[in-house]
Amino acid sequence: MADILVLAETEGSEVVEATLEALTAVRSLDGDVHVLLVGDAVDADDAAEQLGAYGADTVHVAESDILNTFGPEAWGQALASAIEELSPDVVVASGTSKGNEVLAHAAARLGLPFVANCTVLPAQLADDDEVELTRIQWGGSLLEEARLAAETRIVSIGHHAVEAEASGGPAADVETIDMAIDADLARTQAVGREMAEAGVTLATAPIVFGGGRAVGSAEAFAPLEELASLMGGRVGCSRAVTNNGWRPHRDQVGQTGTRIAPELYVASGISGAIQHWVGAMASKKILAINTDPEANMVTKADYFVEGDLHKVLPAVADEIKRRRS
Amino acid sequence: MRILCCVKRVPAPGAKINITADGQDVDTAHLGFAMSPHEECAVEEAVQMAERFDGEATVLTLGPPEAEEQLRYAASLGIHNAVLLSTDGSPWDPQRTAAAIASAIGSLETEGGPFDLILFGNESADSGGYQVGIRVAHALGRPIVNAIKGIDPDLDAGTTTAKREIDGGFELYSLPMPAVLGVKEGLNLPRYPTMKGRLASKKIGVKVLEASADEGGQSRVRLKQPPAVESNTVKLGDGPEAAPAVVDLFEELGLM
Ligand SMILES: Cc1cc2nc3c(=O)[nH]c(=O)nc-3n(C[C@H](O)[C@H](O)[C@H](O)COP(=O)(O)OP(=O)(O)OC[C@H]3O[C@@H](n4cnc5c(N)ncnc54)[C@H](O)[C@@H]3O)c2cc1C
Ligand SMILES: Nc1ncnc2c1ncn2[C@@H]1O[C@H](COP(=O)(O)O)[C@@H](O)[C@H]1O
Repeated sequence: MADILVLAETEGSEVVEATLEALTAVRSLDGDVHVLLVGDAVDADDAAEQLGAYGADTVHVAESDILNTFGPEAWGQALASAIEELSPDVVVASGTSKGNEVLAHAAARLGLPFVANCTVLPAQLADDDEVELTRIQWGGSLLEEARLAAETRIVSIGHHAVEAEASGGPAADVETIDMAIDADLARTQAVGREMAEAGVTLATAPIVFGGGRAVGSAEAFAPLEELASLMGGRVGCSRAVTNNGWRPHRDQVGQTGTRIAPELYVASGISGAIQHWVGAMASKKILAINTDPEANMVTKADYFVEGDLHKVLPAVADEIKRRRS
Repeated sequence: MRILCCVKRVPAPGAKINITADGQDVDTAHLGFAMSPHEECAVEEAVQMAERFDGEATVLTLGPPEAEEQLRYAASLGIHNAVLLSTDGSPWDPQRTAAAIASAIGSLETEGGPFDLILFGNESADSGGYQVGIRVAHALGRPIVNAIKGIDPDLDAGTTTAKREIDGGFELYSLPMPAVLGVKEGLNLPRYPTMKGRLASKKIGVKVLEASADEGGQSRVRLKQPPAVESNTVKLGDGPEAAPAVVDLFEELGLM
């Protein structure tokens, strides 16, 4: 039977949801499931219980002072050492920013290939040295079937490619691995944080009012701002807007911006280029407001208003205020 | 200060990405080319730092001879030197790409001294392997952090701070230079080329080196389309008269 090693990603004193997705994904593989828990920020016994409930058999705790705050190089060395010690057939993390980063560091150290952002993990991944994998390209607009040939197969499963589902398993066994981490790798440890004000973010807002090039200027976003504030939502935008300097980049939806998943995305004056669409496609419903009924955003949307956004949006705001008064 | 940025030539598709009949590549018959927005920000940052510290900025790409277009674009924005690691244009796997780039950086540094900062995109726009920069940093024995949206070098101290985007804010790092960073769009607002820049970029010399490295363990079998999105779009109305129908929808979805 194969050995599968899953990297746990942590945030504060918690294992992140994405790691539970990775544990769910590896259930398609026949093998013992080991989890590498790096550092002491997360209580090992709590983690063993939680990770066991998602299918982990053993949790290996990597211990070293230098691992207690995140640092991509030190964590990469910890994972590489664990791979050398446990000789797993497959190594998996969720394809989050840090998941992909730590896998790439371990792969670079060990001179192994690393396949990022697979959509599923086929059973052969555990059994064969050579396997075909389907992975995400272009932020999800295209798929690639890639061949991976390696004795130790390092892959990430695309973030949100599977939904985390408990297996109901018992608490995992806990083992510790003493790690000899190079002291100079402290050079890439996080030294602090700068957090924005709390509240709904673009990624968590229930309704997003997105504006595209057709909005025309920074000032012309006022009706979108008003609607967002009336509805408890956020303003989003396309790259055409950020490139023009009308909105900050943190408002950008898309491949190189934020992936949103609101109940409703209202996309006004946005054509729906593929790189914008991949950031918007997880929205439960989409309403497109556009002068062009053939626009890609319109044909992919659930609802459509044909017309000039500069006239439609103020009318919608007025209607909301009328009904509430 | 010497700064290097690595960019990749990629097609710039619109509403849909078409694939060639043999499934080996994106059909670029009717497409222009670009670099990843992350890499455009790397170029902008390199130009700004060269201006600020009276330094020298270099751009490097591994790709077909046509990738000279991206190098000249970077030059039109103010990059001083351009290097093309020339291939036949077939897709190179990440290990091979990184090995070739690392060895080219080795020879550039032997000639001109070390680069204080090497900037990569967080991920390439097309293949999105999330690793070429990290592999190059390892080959050079230099620190690297990804997902960077703010850079502030301190030349006297020989360090640079770097801000990494995390959910709801930033994580801060302080790296000794020479260092490598994987950057994301939002780092800055890239400038557009000026007419003067465009003219100047026609004159710069592009250093061409033959790219060479062994194949890695990942290879392409074929590209394919994701499952199609089926939608029966419901038209709520025309112009401002549609407002009541829109607000009805908000109510229906429990958003009011
Ligand atoms: C590698 C790469 C990554 C990218 N990443 C992103 C990304 O993360 N996010 C992103 O958004 N883009 C991204 N892009 C850019 C993307 O390809 C498009 O250029 C961009 O999304 C277009 O923005 P837009 O829809 O606002 O503008 P346009 O395409 O110009 O569309 C404007 C729309 O407004 C409509 N319109 C015009 N007048 C009116 C009016 N009065 N009222 C209503 N509608 C009107 C038009 O019919 C049209 O549909 C990326 C590109 C590349 C190459
Ligand atoms: N062919 C290439 N030429 C130059 N730089 C590249 C090339 N491929 C990748 N890179 C750089 O490495 C980064 C990460 O690429 P990837 O590992 O493919 O996601 C990109 O954003 C580029 O900065």
